[in-house]
Amino acid sequence: MTRYVIAPISEVPPGARKIVEVAGRSLGVFNIDGEIFALRNRCPHQGGPLCAGRLSGFLQASIPGEYVYSRPGEVLRCPWHGWEFDVRTGQSWFDPARTRVRSYEASVIPGTALPDQVNSPGLGLVQGPYVAETYPVSIEEDYIVVEMPG
Amino acid sequence: MTALSTRPAARDRTKLAVIDCDIHTAPATKQTLGKYMPARWRQHHETFGPRGPGGAHYPRANQDAARTDAWPPSGQPPGSDLDFLREQLLDAWGIEYGVMNPLLGAGGQLNLEYGAAHARATNDWQIAEWVDHEPRLRASIVVPYEDGSLAAAEIDRVGDNPAFVQVLLSIRTSEPLGRRKYWPMYEAAVRHDLPIGIHFGGAGGGPITGAGWPSFYIEDHAGMPTAFQSQVISMVTEGIFEHFPTLKIVLIEGGFGWLPPLMWRIDRAYTHLREEVPHLQRRPSEYIRQHFWLTTQPMEEPPAGEQFHQLLHHLDMNDRLMFATDYPHWDFDAPDQAFPTRIEPPLERAIMAENARGLYRFGQLGR
Repeated sequence: MTRYVIAPISEVPPGARKIVEVAGRSLGVFNIDGEIFALRNRCPHQGGPLCAGRLSGFLQASIPGEYVYSRPGEVLRCPWHGWEFDVRTGQSWFDPARTRVRSYEASVIPGTALPDQVNSPGLGLVQGPYVAETYPVSIEEDYIVVEMPG
Repeated sequence: MTALSTRPAARDRTKLAVIDCDIHTAPATKQTLGKYMPARWRQHHETFGPRGPGGAHYPRANQDAARTDAWPPSGQPPGSDLDFLREQLLDAWGIEYGVMNPLLGAGGQLNLEYGAAHARATNDWQIAEWVDHEPRLRASIVVPYEDGSLAAAEIDRVGDNPAFVQVLLSIRTSEPLGRRKYWPMYEAAVRHDLPIGIHFGGAGGGPITGAGWPSFYIEDHAGMPTAFQSQVISMVTEGIFEHFPTLKIVLIEGGFGWLPPLMWRIDRAYTHLREEVPHLQRRPSEYIRQHFWLTTQPMEEPPAGEQFHQLLHHLDMNDRLMFATDYPHWDFDAPDQAFPTRIEPPLERAIMAENARGLYRFGQLGR
């Protein structure tokens, strides 16, 4: 597993999402009431851009006419065919036994911890031979970090 | 449904020619079609507008029944922005030709003369704003199909323009399509050697199922093949294929899994009831296999791959199946993901492009 810095948490406030390219894969990072989740941005059905889909709630009826609407904003619906997935797990809700979308471990860490814990391949930087005079800088914000294989 | 690991690489996808037989273009605004109407009808269009029987309700799962990612950056409705349609459909999938089937309501108008004006405007708009700017697109002749003579007049007006490749009806009509009132339309189609394409939807005034009005959109959607079945039975038993032996019918967005048992049942009935329809010279299934073409989206998907092959075997119409995406609607089929199981390459090529190329007489574009 490799940990990748996605964005400062301020870029993905509660209820928002961000779609990013990481290690050649497109994924969506979602903030649900302060909790961060990451899913692959590709629907397992026909390959639609899943993470651009509408967020809705989970509607159940134990018998016809009795409705329970729960978990608003936690069910992602593919923009193409409306297949439903649980943002927290990638689990599908119409065919939970066979269908799920890849989800990744996502967390928020203080910016001060970034250099020690994660890669930043998006920056495309390689350490060169020279070191210029530096000044101490503090990174006060928190950052979203996703763990992906490879 | 195909597992992720079997998704072909981009280079493989581009090798396979793709002809899309069902693209839904739409006007940019409510005023757009009015620009193509004479003042008399433009005023009616703006003052009274469409009036038809009920039965088609929106939104259908999504606004405009569209993929939620199909709204162009321009803010126009799905299917109304040529640049975005190129980017999201034609270029994205390397589509060689696409047949436009605009479902804008001309055929269902209760005011038949307004329906005729609406159809003329829709057809002129398809040429002026689409085909003239995009050589991959072809148009369908929209007609006020509840009046056979008015429909025939529109086919005669534009039928010699090669930009039009078929006549377009909706499957739910006010009477079964074999009835005599529709025959002048078929006569005109044959005169111009144009297939009649009949698309999912429409409203003819009767309940939208044979069992009355259902509660849910899913019933409307899943039950639509019953309308297709009724139309196939009507067109065959009324004898239109004896009267118009070169007439070609394309069933669009109706599936095809229901057709083999229909042929079994009607052939069986014909052995007992032939006396009632003495104008039929052959078994009903023979007319069906000779005169009908079928588009793929949305196809019935049996749970196991071999069952899909059995279905194709029962159907025995491999040369009549034609790929369609239904873009930009929510039940869009992606060209590399459409089949529920692997299809042998020769058949895949036939369904993805060559059957349509033959029917619509599309040339080979740079291949």
